[in-house]
Amino acid sequence: MNAIRCQALCKTFRQGEEIITGLNNVSLEVEEGEFLCLSGPSGSGKTTLLNAWGGLATPDSGEITVGDHRIDQLGKGALADLRLHNIGFVFQAYNLIPVLSARENVEFVMQVQGVPTADRHQRAEAILEEVGLTGMSDRLPAELSGGQQQRVAVARAIVSKPELVLADEPTANLDSKSAAELMALFVALNNERGITFVIATHDTRVMAYARRLIKMVDGVVVSDERQEPQDMAV
Amino acid sequence: MTFPVATVATLAWRNLWRNHRRTLIMLAAITLGVWAMIFMTAMMRGMTDQVVTNGLNVLPGEVQIHHPDYRRDPSVVNRMEPPTAELKAALDLPPVKAWSARVKVPAVVSSERDSRGVVLLGIDPVAEKLLGSLPDEIVEGRFLESADDRGVVIGASLARRLETRLGKRVVLMSQDPDNNVADRGVRVVGIYRARLRASEDIYVYGGLRPVQSMLGIGEDISEIAATADDYRSVNQWYPRIAAAAGEQLEVLSWPELDAYLGTSLKVQDGFSLIFIVVVFLVLSFGLVNTLVMAVFERVREIGLMQALGMRPGLILAQILLESIYLLVLGLLAGNLSAWLTIKPLESGIDVSSMGDGLEMAGMSATLYPALEIQDMIMATVVVLGLGLLASILPAWRAANLDPITALART
Repeated sequence: MNAIRCQALCKTFRQGEEIITGLNNVSLEVEEGEFLCLSGPSGSGKTTLLNAWGGLATPDSGEITVGDHRIDQLGKGALADLRLHNIGFVFQAYNLIPVLSARENVEFVMQVQGVPTADRHQRAEAILEEVGLTGMSDRLPAELSGGQQQRVAVARAIVSKPELVLADEPTANLDSKSAAELMALFVALNNERGITFVIATHDTRVMAYARRLIKMVDGVVVSDERQEPQDMAV
Repeated sequence: MTFPVATVATLAWRNLWRNHRRTLIMLAAITLGVWAMIFMTAMMRGMTDQVVTNGLNVLPGEVQIHHPDYRRDPSVVNRMEPPTAELKAALDLPPVKAWSARVKVPAVVSSERDSRGVVLLGIDPVAEKLLGSLPDEIVEGRFLESADDRGVVIGASLARRLETRLGKRVVLMSQDPDNNVADRGVRVVGIYRARLRASEDIYVYGGLRPVQSMLGIGEDISEIAATADDYRSVNQWYPRIAAAAGEQLEVLSWPELDAYLGTSLKVQDGFSLIFIVVVFLVLSFGLVNTLVMAVFERVREIGLMQALGMRPGLILAQILLESIYLLVLGLLAGNLSAWLTIKPLESGIDVSSMGDGLEMAGMSATLYPALEIQDMIMATVVVLGLGLLASILPAWRAANLDPITALART
């Protein structure tokens, strides 16, 4: 079954007088449980595609289906609900809420979902332990290293058991060791939980983990290859 | 969709204290503003109360019953019979606190040195005392002891003008029902001082029956005055008195008897609201600025929350809740500080340095601020209502941020 399916996706941006092509007739299918990297130089459209799949950007034309949902036809509220229940996001800049502790950041999505407090606490503590942050649950983001913050972000992305995790340059701000640990965590989650991972990156060491590598240039998919992942490549 | 109250409440509260200094400054501004609203309203209410109460003391009474032509020509011709049993029964029912029947006619009082036009009041001092219409202070001699007292009590200012004093005889002159001169020599048994000095020149008090006798009107009277506990509620009870008095008598409440006083009350209520709104408008700039800055500083974070699946409505609720926290804290502090500063002043503020000007405005030399719960409620409702209204724009902008643009903000 497809985790994502998009058909003839187009997206342009206006920058002053200039029209920039973000996506140009992109059609792709992503199977459930895939570990996929979108690669390409800056401005190639990989982040735009990731945002479109995540319901953060509306395409000018084309169709996007995530799971059973035609998201190009959904309104703001329904898209928010889809992101809340079905998609986990990991961003380049960690993007934790600074006034909440590590545990509260992880709990945030569950709180909005309405998960009961006791269940929420237990799941948050368990997932923090799983990502290697035992004993750090009460620390504020400012009290954690970059790698630790990104692990909290990953914990937040997967704690509500989404079918799909979209990660945009997740290792860009991490040192080599933290990046390797993060990718190992992604691989483990993909293997053990069957979560579909789509990672936008221009880091070749990250691409080495992918079982499928899609290259984009100027908003167009120029190659779509399956490959043998190389563990601990970063 | 569930509404995660605890999440929104926690986020709003913690975000409020991210910038302690700004929040505290804004809280101080709201507190000061609310305090000013309530304090100034209490002062204005105190002044108005004083103007109305002094005016009612001069009238006196919150309701008066007359011959229909008495107000046009307050002479003895337009007198009325003593109250009927039905009218007495109505006057004896709560909330009427006291009532008194009196003779009130224009007269001239003459000493051996001078003469002055006055209003001669023939009263029953016991009933008038209950009515609260007796002079404020007897500075020499005594007040009338009964409705049969044959002496007169005059104001200190009138005594000076007549160049008379306690124990001296003066002559009272007025008209009887046949337009003949009715006069009588009486002894000054007391000299009074009034809050309003002008009253001292005008009112001369005599016993009811000697005055009736002098005027030759039997047991007839000029007016009946009645009072209850709260002059603001007069419209609730005076129609009952009017019904008992019948159509042959004119029954009027104090706002009808003295349009100036009635208008004063309306002006005060209206002015209080205007004052509160004006102070709030000044406050609202600070409030909106605080929220706009709070949103501006957190654009990326708001984008993140949207990306994670927080609906725009929840973002809106969160920003509005920050505003509510700020307003409620400011209102609590403002109301409390107003209460703490006004209560000790309710025993009176000496403003005698401005005494003459105040007297012209119908006030006396001591100002009594009046703190009413309704003024605190009005300030609270206005600040909370308009505060939320002012917060909607920044909150709406936050809720409608484009998540991608917001997340790209550095």
